[in-house]
Amino acid sequence: MSADAHTSQPAGTEEYQPVFTEQMLEQLQEILARYPTKQAALLPALWLVQRARGWISDRNMAEVAEVLGLTPAYVKGVVTFYTMYHQHPVGKHFVQVCTTSPCNICGAEAVVQALLAATGAKELGATSPDGKWTVIEVECLGACGFATPILVDDDFIESVTPDSVPEIVRKYK
Amino acid sequence: MRSALRIPHSVGKGGGVVGYPHKPHPRETVLLSRYFGEADARTYKAWVKRGGYAALEQARAMEPARVIDIVKESGLRGRGGAGFPTGLKWSFMPKEKKKPHYLCVNADESEPGTFKDREIMRWTPHALLEGTAIAAHAIQAEVAYIYIRGEFTEPLAIMEKALADARSAGVFGDLKIHLHRGAGAYICGEETALMNSIEGKRGNPRIKPPFPAASGVFGMPTTINNVETLAAVPPILTKGAAWYKGLSLSSPKSTGTKLFSVCGHVQQPGNYEVTLGFPLKDLLYELCGGMRPGRTLKACIPGGSSVPILDRAETESCLLDYEGVVERGSMLGSGGVIVFDDSADMVYQIMRLARFYAHESCAQCTQCREGTAWTTKILERILAGQGKPADLDLLLDLSENMTGKTICVLSDSCAAPVVSGIKKFRSEFEDYLTGRRKPVMVA
Repeated sequence: MSADAHTSQPAGTEEYQPVFTEQMLEQLQEILARYPTKQAALLPALWLVQRARGWISDRNMAEVAEVLGLTPAYVKGVVTFYTMYHQHPVGKHFVQVCTTSPCNICGAEAVVQALLAATGAKELGATSPDGKWTVIEVECLGACGFATPILVDDDFIESVTPDSVPEIVRKYK
Repeated sequence: MRSALRIPHSVGKGGGVVGYPHKPHPRETVLLSRYFGEADARTYKAWVKRGGYAALEQARAMEPARVIDIVKESGLRGRGGAGFPTGLKWSFMPKEKKKPHYLCVNADESEPGTFKDREIMRWTPHALLEGTAIAAHAIQAEVAYIYIRGEFTEPLAIMEKALADARSAGVFGDLKIHLHRGAGAYICGEETALMNSIEGKRGNPRIKPPFPAASGVFGMPTTINNVETLAAVPPILTKGAAWYKGLSLSSPKSTGTKLFSVCGHVQQPGNYEVTLGFPLKDLLYELCGGMRPGRTLKACIPGGSSVPILDRAETESCLLDYEGVVERGSMLGSGGVIVFDDSADMVYQIMRLARFYAHESCAQCTQCREGTAWTTKILERILAGQGKPADLDLLLDLSENMTGKTICVLSDSCAAPVVSGIKKFRSEFEDYLTGRRKPVMVA
C-alpha cells in the first residue's frame, strides 16, 4: 500500500487517538438508543470509524470493542465478514466496479481496464502512486439495467463505459 | 397515470444515477411505479397530496387481525423471491403479545439482475414507510428495522430524509422505524442472516426452526418482508383486496402487479411493472425493445441469478407468474430478468455467476464453501482450455451435493445456473473441452 496522508495512522508506539470522543460519542448514544443490545450498534459504529479514519485498524477495532463491551477478536470477526470495511488504508478515492454477469455481458471488464489505466492504480486493489485511487472489482451493485455501475466513494455512477471513464476520473481529481 | 418522461433526478460528479429512464409502456400497469420519476413525490407533503398515509390511517382504525385478513384476501405474495403469501406470514405472529414484536424490512437487494427495490426507495420512499407502518400495526410490532445494503448510498440518503420528515409529522405514532445500513454481504438478504447482521454479528444464516415468527431478531417474534411487498400494501387497503385480486392475467394464485428488472442484452433495460401473468416474450420484445439489431435471443434467467436458466423456446412461451415460470422449469424469484443474446458465451457467464456465489458464501456449510469454490475453479479450468472430459459430470455431481443440503439456499442458487446451463447449452461446454473453441482464460 502506498503512503496516504489522510488515511495513514501512527503505528507501533505512537499514542493512539481515540475515535469516540465527545461528538462521536453523542452520535453513538443516538445509535445505541435504536437497539435493545449494545452489540447491535456494532455495524453503525464501524461505519462511524471508517468515515472518520478512512479505514479500520486493529486499534480502532479494540476501541470499538471497549465502547460496546465486546472483545477485539469478536469485532475483528465481524469486520472481516463484511467487504465494505477497509482493513488497510485505501486511496483518497475508492472505486468499486460491478463485474457480475449482467454487467459483464455489457462490457464491465473493459470499464475496469479503463479505470485502472486512467487512475494510474494499474492493478486491482492497489493504490495509485499518488495515493489518490484504489480500484476494486465487486459483485453485483444492484443496478444491472444500467451497466456498468460504479461507486466512487459514496457516489453511485451508472452506465459507465470505457469512453466515459477519463472524464469521471478528471472530475474527482 | 404517469405521463412525463423520466428524468435523471440526481447527477453526481461523474454523471450519477439515471435509474428509471423510460416512459411507461401502454401495457404496463403502474401501481408501484406510478410516481417514479416525479422527484417531488419524495417529500412528505407531496406524498400526502397524492393520497399518501391515508391507508395507514385506515389500517390504524382497524383491528390488526382485520388488516391481516385483507392482505390475505388480496392474494399478495412475497416479492423478494420466495413468493410466500404475505397475510399468512403475518398471521404466524403470536396473537397474544407476551414479548416485544419486531418487523424487519429486507432492502438488502443484491440478487444479480434485480434492481427494483432501490427504485421504490429512490422515488417513493414514503410508499415503503407507509407499508412498513401498516405491517407493523398488523403484527403489533413497536420497532421496525429497514435493512438497506451498504452500497445503496443514494437510496439510503433518500430514505433517511423521508423517515425524518414523516417522523416529525408524527405519522408513526408510537412505532419506531430505524434504518440499518449493511456493509457488503449478499448473504444478509437471507432473512435470518439479516437478523444476525442487525444484532451486530457476522451475517450467517440460522438453522430453522425456530422460524422468525417464534424467534427472530433479538430472539423475539419477528416478521420480515421485502420492500416491494410492503410498498404494495397501502393500495391494497385503499382500493380493496378484491380489486387487487382482480389484477391477474393467468393463475388466481398470482395476483397484483410486479416490478420486473430487465438487464443484459435488450435494447431498453430498466424496471417494468406488469400484472402477474404477463408473457415474458412481450416484456422482452415489446416493452424492452427486443434484442440489439442483428442479434437473437439465446437464454434468459427470469427471476434473479439464483434460478435456472431458460432457453429461447422456454423464454418465449413463459408466463410471468409464480406458477407459469415453474412450469417452464425455473422460478419467478425476485423478478430480475437477465437476457443473453447469441453473442453471449454461456460457459463464461455461468462461471461469473458461480464466482459470485463463491465470493458471497458465508462459509458456514461445507457443501457451499467448498462447492461454490470448486464449481468456479472447474469452470475456469474449462475456459482455460484445460478441462477434462469428465468435468461436466463432476460439475453435475458437485451441484447435486450442493442442493438441499445446507442451512440456506445460497449453495442451491449456485447449482441452479450450472445444472440448467449444462443441460441446455452442453455443446458450448464441449467446444471448450474438445478445443473447438479457443481458451478465453489463462490457467
